[in-house]
Amino acid sequence: MEKQSVFQSKLLPYALVAPQLAIVLIFFYWPAVQAVIQSFLLQDAFGLSTTFVWFENYLELFKDAAYFEAIVRTFAFSFAIAFSSLSFALLLAVMADKPLRGVTLYRTLLIWPYAVAPPVVGVLFIFMLHPSLGVLSRYLRALGVDWNPLLNGDQAALLIILAAAWKQISYNFLFFLAGLQAIPKSVFEAAAIDGARPMRRFWTVTFPLLSPTIFFLLVINIVYAFFETFGIIDTMTRGGPGKSTETLVYKVYSDGLLGGNLGSSAAQSVILMVIVIVLTGIQFRFVERKVTY
Amino acid sequence: MVEEEGIRRYVAHIILWIGIAIVAFPVYIAIIASTQDNAAIANGQMSLLPGGHFFETYYQTLFVGTSGSTREPVLNMMLNSLIMAMMIAVGKIAISIISAYGIVYFRFPFRMPIFWIIFITLMLPVEVRIYPTYKIVADLHLLDSYAGLSLPLIASATATLLFRQFFMTVPDELLEASRIDGAGPFRFFWDTLLPLSRTNMAALFVILFILGWNQYLWPLLITTRDDMQTIQVGIRKMITTTDALTEWPVVMATALLAMLPPIFVVVAMQKLFVRGLVETEK
Repeated sequence: MEKQSVFQSKLLPYALVAPQLAIVLIFFYWPAVQAVIQSFLLQDAFGLSTTFVWFENYLELFKDAAYFEAIVRTFAFSFAIAFSSLSFALLLAVMADKPLRGVTLYRTLLIWPYAVAPPVVGVLFIFMLHPSLGVLSRYLRALGVDWNPLLNGDQAALLIILAAAWKQISYNFLFFLAGLQAIPKSVFEAAAIDGARPMRRFWTVTFPLLSPTIFFLLVINIVYAFFETFGIIDTMTRGGPGKSTETLVYKVYSDGLLGGNLGSSAAQSVILMVIVIVLTGIQFRFVERKVTY
Repeated sequence: MVEEEGIRRYVAHIILWIGIAIVAFPVYIAIIASTQDNAAIANGQMSLLPGGHFFETYYQTLFVGTSGSTREPVLNMMLNSLIMAMMIAVGKIAISIISAYGIVYFRFPFRMPIFWIIFITLMLPVEVRIYPTYKIVADLHLLDSYAGLSLPLIASATATLLFRQFFMTVPDELLEASRIDGAGPFRFFWDTLLPLSRTNMAALFVILFILGWNQYLWPLLITTRDDMQTIQVGIRKMITTTDALTEWPVVMATALLAMLPPIFVVVAMQKLFVRGLVETEK
């Protein structure tokens, strides 16, 4: 699509795009290219000389069991966060889509967690579920649960998933509600006339009609779980205990922070880039389809 | 609608209130904790009702900070966060709207390649190129500066795409008309296009402000001086010390102060927020 009538000017358009182009080139392309180049290099222990080693950094990574575990863990976290947050948000959205009094109030009371920053979410949850002083830990102990996410890796993982899913409820709720409201009410009425009970109507009518929204949100939630959880993990567990909550992004951060292997850290960044590009690609394809419907 | 009578409606109300309670509970606990005595919290005896230390805690938090060695008044951290968030939001809108204007309303060599160069940046969040970006910012001597905090986060295409999309829907007749009135590219932009984009700019501003305020990993890496800390980084440093020394009432007060501005923006400008959210995600 193009504009039919435009301005004529030789230099002005370049002046208009120049600021953005400059920022993008300096702070986006230059570092991205650096990361790719770096990932093919190997530095000696003193950082004095570097050699070109082709894919050695990548091969090392894939041979490294810890890296493989981090990949599996990140995907497991992502699906757990997406699934729990999406299903809870969908339940709330279906309820809020009914002709109830006070729906706008409900919406306001449910969307604000979107604005809470991940590190703050982490602080709130570690305080609630801290083994010695957490308010909820008291009740868990009273129930006979040996609750200590600071020592128990599975419990730490559960804590991260809970906190991350909590933050994402509002976002999912908002998009589900919009998706539900876009479905014409006559469809439900037709199904009701055919004698379908509410539960059946949900699974045979609402759910399929909502599938584009669900798919879209699934991708968004996975990307969220990949990147935004960094702040939650860093304030709650620092990737521990052991490595039980270390995701790919956290690993890039902590490996780089220790200053050890630059080549490996760069290779990890490049792998992350590829994962994001694939996920965004999936999302764009889907968006295109939605437009042509 | 259909048979939404009686019991079902009550069930819906109850489920929604349970949802609201779950969502609000962590924040309720934080509010309570910020008004209580640290000793009671530290030995796990926190009451679930407000205590009497409200003014004391918030005064200390805002103007003094924790008693530890890295004490820094939270008010100062909030100011840093505010400056960073404003620079990101305003900067991104400003450079995006003019570059979208250039790309839509002019024909020039390399127009499409330039568009693609900008477009591709959509794909990669700052997290994946964090260390190389750090190195560049360090080489430019921008560590511990507001420019260093905000510039790398401005480098993304969402806003440009949004304005491009919007400009495409502006009828050509408007350009013809203002041309007949003798307006050049500057006048047309200032008098016609900018006023028309006002709602879009506002919606985008709301989203970008929240995004900017909530940045964490990037400020964590590039700020070393305590007086350049943003509130999100500051709060983490407060709980770094051994658990026993953490001043939980102050930490919780900081958490609440950290979420207050963005939550206020979401609730007060709900329409713009929803619009911005839907449009930036397309």
